[in-house]
Amino acid sequence: MSPFVDALLLQAGYNAALVAIGAGLLGFAAGSSGTFLFLRKRALVSDAVAHATLPGVGLAFILMVSLGGDGRSLLGLLLGSAATAWLGLLLIEWITRNTRLAEDTAIGAVLGVFFGFGIVLLTVIQTMSAGRQAGLEGFLLGFTAGMLFEDAVVIAVGGSLAVLATWLLRRPMTLVAFDRDYAAALGYDVRRIDLLIMGLVMAVTVIGLKLVGLILIVAMLIIPAVTARFWTQRSNRVIWIAGGVGGAAGYLGAVLSASAPALPTGPIIVLTAAAIFVFSLLFAPVRGVLAALLRHRRFQARVHRRQGLLALAARHPIREAYTLRLLAREGLVRPDGVPTDAGRAQAAKVARDERRWDVAREIHQDAGLTGRYDGLTPIEEVFTADEIAEFDRRLGPPVAVEAG
Amino acid sequence: MGAEFVQFSLTPILIGIFSAIACALPGNFLILRHQALIGDAISHVVLPGIVVAFLLTGVVAAIPMLLGAAGAAIVAVILIELVKRLGRIEPGAAMGVVFTTMFAAGVLILEQTDTSRVHLDVEHALMGNLESLVWFRAEGWHSLLDPAALAALPDELLRIAVVCAVVVALMLVFWRWLEIATFDEGFARALGIPAGALGFGLVVTAAVAAVAAFDAVGSIIVIAMFICPPAAARLMTNRLEQQVWWSVAFATLSAILGYVFAGYGPLWFGGQHAVSAAGMIATVSGVILALACLLAPQRRRIGIGREVV
Repeated sequence: MSPFVDALLLQAGYNAALVAIGAGLLGFAAGSSGTFLFLRKRALVSDAVAHATLPGVGLAFILMVSLGGDGRSLLGLLLGSAATAWLGLLLIEWITRNTRLAEDTAIGAVLGVFFGFGIVLLTVIQTMSAGRQAGLEGFLLGFTAGMLFEDAVVIAVGGSLAVLATWLLRRPMTLVAFDRDYAAALGYDVRRIDLLIMGLVMAVTVIGLKLVGLILIVAMLIIPAVTARFWTQRSNRVIWIAGGVGGAAGYLGAVLSASAPALPTGPIIVLTAAAIFVFSLLFAPVRGVLAALLRHRRFQARVHRRQGLLALAARHPIREAYTLRLLAREGLVRPDGVPTDAGRAQAAKVARDERRWDVAREIHQDAGLTGRYDGLTPIEEVFTADEIAEFDRRLGPPVAVEAG
Repeated sequence: MGAEFVQFSLTPILIGIFSAIACALPGNFLILRHQALIGDAISHVVLPGIVVAFLLTGVVAAIPMLLGAAGAAIVAVILIELVKRLGRIEPGAAMGVVFTTMFAAGVLILEQTDTSRVHLDVEHALMGNLESLVWFRAEGWHSLLDPAALAALPDELLRIAVVCAVVVALMLVFWRWLEIATFDEGFARALGIPAGALGFGLVVTAAVAAVAAFDAVGSIIVIAMFICPPAAARLMTNRLEQQVWWSVAFATLSAILGYVFAGYGPLWFGGQHAVSAAGMIATVSGVILALACLLAPQRRRIGIGREVV
């Protein structure tokens, strides 16, 4: 079997299987919790949170070493990263609320400064424990070399907890994401729920540091949510579709990266998610580009068909080539533009409907009914057969469209 | 402040100052236009741009790298716009999708190609290497008048100086337009100012500044340079002209203090080795912004905290 299929079926070795399962779980957690961030229109806050983890990693390492520890315990490093990420988050909130600076400025400032300070700490660490390479740089782009069992457990447990928290809090978080005022009126503490959403995002970020790295983890929070939005209009489904997309991207990405050399896990996972995104952008039913294009074409055809038939009824020549082609394809005109019998019948119908609408506007003064006139909605959809019969009585007998 | 200073510290400090100013100037307008995060996006796509330029030309040279990164920034802006319109997605999320994907592609290409023989590795790209840009031929202040020694100045210095000058010139030429279009885009359009093209040009200028500063400070810390000095300046004054002057002052101060703290700070605490200058510059700019948030005269939004007692 090819290495890809091996890895796909978790047969490519213990470590690869661990990474794949961990990445799948993490992807699911990131996708589902990132949805709220996206719905709240604060997607890029997660970028600042992710970059703000770096000084925490450095500080935790320095602290653990100075206490005589090893300094590389994943749990300790993650706790440290969570602390500074939370600080960064509070700073963004504080700056936005207490100064005239906008949120995007606050996000950028926190992101750049925390990351810069993190780099300073990394260089301190490099000189501090010379010879004992801490390897903290791996947190930037994720560790490509693989995971320990302990790391996988951290990711699996953390990811599951994040999913559980998302499920438990989905009601208030959805409410706040869509309508803050309504949520406040219902008695929810909007600010605290906002912080909860951010806390969840921060947890996922921290858990994902080891696998994807702090620069790219933001992609796992944003891309699945944006992708899921293409497939449904219902908020409860968005969450789980985003989780599914994230999980699939994580699992497939990890499998791909295990199946060939020089394929770093983090970037491959992100690119897999991006591929799913592009596919959805193009081919999703309703919201996809292709669907929109088809819808536009159909609309165009309906407009041209109607204009063509009205022209036939008025015995004007049809000059628009597209209209002519369209009517000819339906057998309503001959290629030289002369209407067939079927075409004359259709033209008479369209022209009569037009006159029926005129009558309808005289009878019904309320715009609720006649306002639906857009030239394309069949009159039968708006008025009952009795009403149309009444219009016809006023109009007199149908008028045939003359040949030629 | 003798020969050693000229040899080891003068050029990095100058490069730091020029980078900070080149980034802070467009940063002023990005902040006012609520496009601060474009800086975030640009700084992330600089890496793939440089990697692709390196792949196409096979050399690490200034011009292809600048072009590559500027090209990547333009591609990113177009892609963001496409995703926003085609997918009807809010700008922040569209940005997040595009720049992370491009960054991931950049890292992947970098890993796939053998770039070990050149100094184009991911960590340098992210962190910068200001300290290494020293002036070996200098023997003291008199070297500033010695043509042979001047010829041996690091290329990066000339590059960033030229870019900085270009940015300043663009700001001066387009000042009125930028001022009007930033505060009232509708009015600008009514006057016949091509506001769309102007905004696009601003982003491209920011991209060029980011690339030129990339050597010195790495691609992520550039964000701090784009945002912190102008943001602090924004809290100092209500006048755009003064804000720009303040931002230049803050940028210069961050660069000098950051470099000095990074190089000499650890010695004061009994350390042996310098720490990352780029990181320290970002940290200092952050401290300046923090002080501005707490103390600056115009820090409050108009209408907040002015209740009649």
